[in-house]
Amino acid sequence: MKRNKKTLAVAGAALAAGVSLAAFADPLPPAVDTLVKMGFPAPKEGELVHVPPTMADLEAANIHPKLKAVIRRGHDLFTNTQQLRGKNVFNDMNCSSCHLGEGRMPFSGPVWPAAVTLPDYRDKNGHVNNLEERIADCFAYSMNGTPPEYGSDDMLALSAYHQWLAKGVPMYPDQPIYGRGFPAPQRPASLSYANGEALYMEKCAICHGKDGSGLYQGGKYVFPPPWGDGSNNWGAGIVRTHTMAGFIKNNMPLGQPLSLSDQEAWDIAYYITQQERPQDPRYKGSVDEVLEKFGPTFHKFSSYGKVREVDGHRLGDHANWGEKGEKIKPWNVGRPRFKDLEVEQ
Amino acid sequence: MTNKKIANGLGLLLGIFLVSGQALAFEGDAKRGRAVAATCTACHQADGSGMNIPGGESWPRLAGLDADYLAKQLHDFKAGRRQNATMAPFAKMLDDQQIADVAAYYSQMPVTPAQGGDVDAELLARGEQLALHGDWDKYIVPCKSCHGPGNQGAGSTFPGIASQHAGYIENQLRAWQADKRSNDPQNLMGAIAKRMSDEDIRAVSAWLASQTVTSKK
Ligand code: HEC
Ligand code: HEC
Ligand code: HEC
Ligand code: HEC
Repeated sequence: MKRNKKTLAVAGAALAAGVSLAAFADPLPPAVDTLVKMGFPAPKEGELVHVPPTMADLEAANIHPKLKAVIRRGHDLFTNTQQLRGKNVFNDMNCSSCHLGEGRMPFSGPVWPAAVTLPDYRDKNGHVNNLEERIADCFAYSMNGTPPEYGSDDMLALSAYHQWLAKGVPMYPDQPIYGRGFPAPQRPASLSYANGEALYMEKCAICHGKDGSGLYQGGKYVFPPPWGDGSNNWGAGIVRTHTMAGFIKNNMPLGQPLSLSDQEAWDIAYYITQQERPQDPRYKGSVDEVLEKFGPTFHKFSSYGKVREVDGHRLGDHANWGEKGEKIKPWNVGRPRFKDLEVEQ
Repeated sequence: MTNKKIANGLGLLLGIFLVSGQALAFEGDAKRGRAVAATCTACHQADGSGMNIPGGESWPRLAGLDADYLAKQLHDFKAGRRQNATMAPFAKMLDDQQIADVAAYYSQMPVTPAQGGDVDAELLARGEQLALHGDWDKYIVPCKSCHGPGNQGAGSTFPGIASQHAGYIENQLRAWQADKRSNDPQNLMGAIAKRMSDEDIRAVSAWLASQTVTSKK
């Protein structure tokens, strides 16, 4: 395949950022150069590299002022999701608690790929999902909440922000995306809970608290809780040990990515993912049933239902839903689509 | 009394990086601290407001800073973990009880306005950007991610920096860049300071100085 070395034309060439490269190109955009100098892998030949526009680029952009206002609102919801507390959010998190740098950062689950790769099939719920549905998922699990309605103002604002971040990227790109998700380092031969605990106390507890409850000060979000009632629930992607290890290795301690060895990142992930958190919304009274249904696609990567060695506690075996309690059920979970559509193999 | 604040989680961890751990052993008394502060007012002023001295060595505002943070700094000066020729002799005069007392005293004063925020709008805008949103393209994490809402401080580890004198903030950031200040836990601050340009430093210092903080106390 011929590699295209030119940068893809970005509509509105006046924009300082919002650059997409179809393939490896020299020199790297400054944002990627920073990461490479810090030790992140350089883009591989053929990878799609995209530097999403910043909020300053948005202000400078030649788009309808009303659209600008909606994207701004989406950004505000993304970085201060706590404003939906009690309505859609029932824990101490913002979207940006896991998607660092306002959802723009490679290796920190940049969110724009969803805007150009969906609709697509997702293993997690076994059907074709669009962008709103993907966002709704993070509400149901990561925010331990229930999503804003499809098509609602808040949902539109959030998806507009995601789409704006993807500005200039071709729809359904064929290339793999540079820095997508939370790529996990190589899994070491063995993992140590005790070492993970000691390292957590040494390097993480100063912000996230010894008991993992984070810091909420004067009614305001400061540091998110990696476990406990204020954290994401058992169904969230980050409870998978490899996803947690990838998040930690590439993003923590805050401001010092890649400062932990692979073994350290995995040990800490092993420790954190064996702490309690609100129940998986797919639970109907039996951990084993959840494992049977969602083990093969999801929980085989998590510690859900496992017995913790240090104290014999079976993880997830409880009816603690966190702040949302029993009554609030995320309406999107388990909602099927295209039930009667025939699929040719 | 102020030491009660350490019950709020973060403070409990103070002992981890306070090599000596003494600060926790002494309950500060603001009334006694007032007497201790007599030797400090020449520079830090009677109301704890300090002074912005452009081109020179500014005296930080101490008023309204967290008591445990202040105590940690005094212990660090005393033990040589934080170095400054002007300040160190004054810290060395204090025993552990006096440190706790004077820290309690200053922490209870209302936050005073800062100087040095009088710069052009463009520089201020850059400063606001860094303080509230960071510049992730240079991996500069927003100051408020650690220094808390309004950059007014988080727990006992992360001091309030809004309404601090621009000259002092600049000096500290430059000190971290030059490895002259390295008493921060886990190099949390040093890692960020080293990614900042000279203009970034001037911008964020001026913007933080231009912020008004209404004291909770
Ligand atoms: C507790 C951490 C956490 C929080 C909070 C969180 N997410 Fe996620 N998000 C994840 C993980 C983990 C993934 C999956 C990454 C992977 O598959 O490697 C993800 C994936 C995504 C994706 C898909 C990205 C892609 O590459 O296709 C989008 C979009 C997204 N999240 C949006 C949101 C929004 C919007 C919010 C707030 C309502 C949010 N997230 C809150 C952890 C989180
Ligand atoms: C200087 C403070 C600080 C330190 C130290 C720190 N973190 Fe974080 N961490 C944060 C902040 C802040 C966020 C959320 C980002 C945001 O809000 O911008 C975060 C997010 C997280 C998250 C995702 C959200 C959640 O709570 O689940 C995890 C997991 C996490 N950190 C784990 C760690 C681990 C493990 C370490 C130690 C290796 C660590 N952190 C060290 C400040 C810190
Ligand atoms: C001769 C002037 C002078 C006097 C007198 C003085 N200081 Fe200082 N103080 C300074 C300077 C200058 C600094 C900044 C040092 C630096 O740049 O690291 C400072 C810094 C401090 C700090 C660190 C503040 C922070 O935000 O980190 C504390 C706490 C402090 N002084 C307390 C005191 C106390 C208590 C006294 C009296 C016992 C005192 N100082 C007397 C000049 C003085
Ligand atoms: C990852 C966390 C983190 C981030 C992000 C951060 N800081 Fe800090 N900062 C700290 C810590 C911790 C200290 C306290 C050091 C000590 O205990 O001596 C500190 C101290 C400071 C001080 C010294 C205050 C005093 O009274 O002496 C200044 C000034 C400062 N930071 C400025 C900034 C600015 C400006 C930014 C944003 C560009 C920023 N910080 C971002 C962690 C952080």
